[in-house]
Amino acid sequence: MAEKFDAIVVGAGPAGTACAYTLAKAGVNVLLMERGEYPGSKNVMGGVLYRKTLEDIIPGFYKEAPVERPIVEQRFMMLDKESALNFSYKGMEWAQEPYNNFTVLRAKFDQWFADKAVQQGALLLNETVALECIQENGKVIGIRTDRPDGDVYADVVVLADGVNSLLAKSLGFHKEFRPDEVALAVMEVLKLDRKIIEDRFNLEGDHGCTIEIFGDSTKGILGTAWLYTNKDSLNIGVGTMLSGLIKNKLKPYELLDYVKNHPMIRPYIQGCEQQEYLAHLIPEGGYRSMPKVVGNGVIVIGDAAQLVNAIHREGSNMAMASGVLAAETIMQAKEAEDYSEKMLDSYRVKLLDSFVGQDLKKYKDATHHFEKYPQYFEKYIPMMNKAASQMFTIDGTSKWSKQKKIWHDLGSAKDKWKMARDLMNAWRVMK
Amino acid sequence: MNLDEYRGIWVYIEVRDGRIAPVSLELLGAGRQMADKRGVPLAGLMIGEGIRPLAETLFPYGADQVYVYDNRIFSDYRTESYMRAVIECARKHKPEIILYGATSTGKDLASAVATDLETGLTADTTMLDVNAETGLLEASRPAFGGNIMATILCKKHRPQMATVRPKVMKALEPDETRTGEIIDEHISLNEEDIRTKVLKIVRETKEKVRLDEADVIVAGGKGLGSKEGFGLIHRFAVKIGATVGASRDAVEAGWIDHEHQVGQTGVTVTPKIYFAIGISGAIQHLVGMRNSGLIIAINKDPDALIFQSCHYGIVGDAFEIIPMLMEAFQEEPDKEVSYG
Amino acid sequence: MLHIVACIKQVPDTKIIKMNPKTNTMDRASAPAILNPYDAHAVEEAVRLKQRYGGIVSVVTMGPPPAVKAIRKCVEIGADEGYLVTDRAFAGADTLATSYAITMAIKKIAEKQPVDLVICGKMTIDGDTGQVGPGIARRLDIPPLTSVKKVVEVNKQQGYAIVHRKLEDGYEVIQSSLPCLFSVEKEINEVPYSPLPNMLRAARYNPIVWSVNDLGDIDRTLLGLKGSPTIVAKVWPPEKPKGGEMLQGSTSEQVANLMDILREKRGLFRVKEGQV
Repeated sequence: MAEKFDAIVVGAGPAGTACAYTLAKAGVNVLLMERGEYPGSKNVMGGVLYRKTLEDIIPGFYKEAPVERPIVEQRFMMLDKESALNFSYKGMEWAQEPYNNFTVLRAKFDQWFADKAVQQGALLLNETVALECIQENGKVIGIRTDRPDGDVYADVVVLADGVNSLLAKSLGFHKEFRPDEVALAVMEVLKLDRKIIEDRFNLEGDHGCTIEIFGDSTKGILGTAWLYTNKDSLNIGVGTMLSGLIKNKLKPYELLDYVKNHPMIRPYIQGCEQQEYLAHLIPEGGYRSMPKVVGNGVIVIGDAAQLVNAIHREGSNMAMASGVLAAETIMQAKEAEDYSEKMLDSYRVKLLDSFVGQDLKKYKDATHHFEKYPQYFEKYIPMMNKAASQMFTIDGTSKWSKQKKIWHDLGSAKDKWKMARDLMNAWRVMK
Repeated sequence: MNLDEYRGIWVYIEVRDGRIAPVSLELLGAGRQMADKRGVPLAGLMIGEGIRPLAETLFPYGADQVYVYDNRIFSDYRTESYMRAVIECARKHKPEIILYGATSTGKDLASAVATDLETGLTADTTMLDVNAETGLLEASRPAFGGNIMATILCKKHRPQMATVRPKVMKALEPDETRTGEIIDEHISLNEEDIRTKVLKIVRETKEKVRLDEADVIVAGGKGLGSKEGFGLIHRFAVKIGATVGASRDAVEAGWIDHEHQVGQTGVTVTPKIYFAIGISGAIQHLVGMRNSGLIIAINKDPDALIFQSCHYGIVGDAFEIIPMLMEAFQEEPDKEVSYG
Repeated sequence: MLHIVACIKQVPDTKIIKMNPKTNTMDRASAPAILNPYDAHAVEEAVRLKQRYGGIVSVVTMGPPPAVKAIRKCVEIGADEGYLVTDRAFAGADTLATSYAITMAIKKIAEKQPVDLVICGKMTIDGDTGQVGPGIARRLDIPPLTSVKKVVEVNKQQGYAIVHRKLEDGYEVIQSSLPCLFSVEKEINEVPYSPLPNMLRAARYNPIVWSVNDLGDIDRTLLGLKGSPTIVAKVWPPEKPKGGEMLQGSTSEQVANLMDILREKRGLFRVKEGQV
């Protein structure tokens, strides 16, 4: 006889685990299903975990969670072929509780988080692939897994099965992605002695820093590269829109190799030993790509619902927030003994009202804007580098005539107008 | 336990179908060196039925003495009966060291004996030495899947025991002028005392893969990409009359049977020529083939470890190189090289 | 009703483990802990015998508390009960001390229901010795049957088992009285993908945990480091070979070059008589 749970959550990433944790804590009988060998074994992200959302779920989590380093400095690098314009913010307020954000290694962190859900009473099932939703009379009533005797039932199913959610697709909630709706991120974990990391990145003790890299790092394709410090390893990666890669006939690892060999980046990773190579799709379509997230007996959360803020590189916090909102909705539904789409729709409403929905709306045009106008990456960043080089090279020219030259190099009056317009437009989509 | 009471180095002589296993002769070679270093006798210990005539063939290979248990009850190898003989003999004559071949029989026997004698046993040793003064056996072996070498000592128990991988030690060139002493041993053991009985021995009729005896091995690894890709290895091997080997990855991917596996958990091989094709060269593989006469590696990845362990390497695509090589063999006029 | 005890171990996955080159110790974080692959076959065989003859399968392991995971894996395969023997006193055990501790645990398990059969995997992938199984058999004073590749029959009424033992060039059919111990080859069976009900049972399962004090009249001098006659005196990285000569040029040049080398070494390259 197949088992029945109150709820099944498919996918033990940040979204699914947050949902299962919240449900289990409220006494809901929940099954958390994971296809990997253990939670986190198949999960990938750049490596920054924002504190706030998880703190709401587990106050003071950072005291016990396997976080790598609290970020005390965020650096930005505007990269040209052989130069870089850097700016950064470092603040000691980020070096103390409650901190701002952390680097994490997903393989460790997700496992810890799922363990917390298990401690609350969730049942964690690893190495099991959810093949499809079992439906009856237009309502999702369970999950068919790839195992023998593999059906399992529930009042409500939560789909947290990631960006390429096969289950949401099978319900007709998703279309296939267009290449301009997803970014492909490739990254490597590079092992390096912690002392060397701390010296090389100018860090004290456990402190960490992040470097976001724009410009030449993606060879003009919309995207960014990054370099983050873990305890005794570095995360280096590059994420670009899939459409850009296709158009430029570039392979993602070629781009990563290019970044690793860039003269501005090479010194940071010198002497590292490659430990892991990971690749992952990131939904970057934003608000406009958001699929249907609620049906009869089913809710979609996290990457599966395309909840990523591409501009601020936030995903895991949105995922967790959506998981919590789904859990709250399910608890109400349980109370009312009603798991209909109409009942569950309050999840969608709450989601759009929350910072998740607000941020997605705010940046709804951003990705598309930057993709449409490649000059931000191709032209303005090299221009800024050149300007800086001219300004700071001491060659006997007066600063005044340097400024004049820089202004002249920006091009004709028409070019300058165009640049001003572009910057205004960028401001408009970002503000 | 008075350690000084224990003296002499023993080699368990494995007899299979009336023939002495090559590893036993190899161990006599290694044992001879250690016995000379220590100034103690080297003895063989032989158990079986109708095997006494073989005893004197051990002297040319370095044995000073051979203890012989020749009895009907030993007609088949059985752990329980053989173990009794070894235990009794060791208790009686107190050797300081007993070496066994790391064959399935040798390992089975040594494990049982070590438990009853409550002494240390090092498995699958690949290097042996003895300290001339202390008499401590330094048995070294790969550990953790060949990621590391470890030297194991047994300080307070005797005899010190080790099983030793076949084909790692070298047998002495037989010296027919050497002689020695045969010591007949007897044990009171009745069939009723033995709880196991061999009902039948079946020799597999299908052609066995004898990797350990092959002169030329063509081995394939993960780099071949698929079972179909691995077919290239079979074709090349047929072409040049070689035996097919494989890395652990290829075996675990299900492209070929385990009996073709070369390495730590497979077979140790010493062919004259070893082709490593699409094999990355993990240490666990290398320990199984690095004593080959001529190692030729072909791999797409210029950084593959195998290139550090080969005699000649080619960076490139096996699917391009091997067919060309097969063509070259075809055209080779000298049959000695071309194999028809 | 057979009572079968399978002995298992949780091991680091040595296939992907990395060593710390400075200390020559394992970087445990680099390799996940898994159920020793050979032991999975041992448990599977036990489960098949249970299905064939009726009975229960207990699994026992000695290890640190996280080894619960390996026991759960066995429950996924179909084991009924799991025993984790865990205590600092066991730390540093070699094969002799390990076989003693596990033997004591099996004796304790047998107090609930007498044990008919003990099954072990051929060896562990971290220790690579294959010595613990036969050691347990000796200590329990039951016949050890190693290299078992097929179980023909287990007859509890008449008190015997018949198995095929793998030999270098074939196999032998051997009969043993019960109880006895098998240590099994990988080829004995295929471990199938576990059914969902087993998975759910395993996810909920908590094994019985024993410390030294639970094992009754135990001689502590035979445990752990103290009870281990062997010690690891030295570890070092395997010798790095010097590296070969890389053949350069176009593919056809490389092939021609290689043929020259093979021709030169033709002495090596002679086929044995009778071989084509």
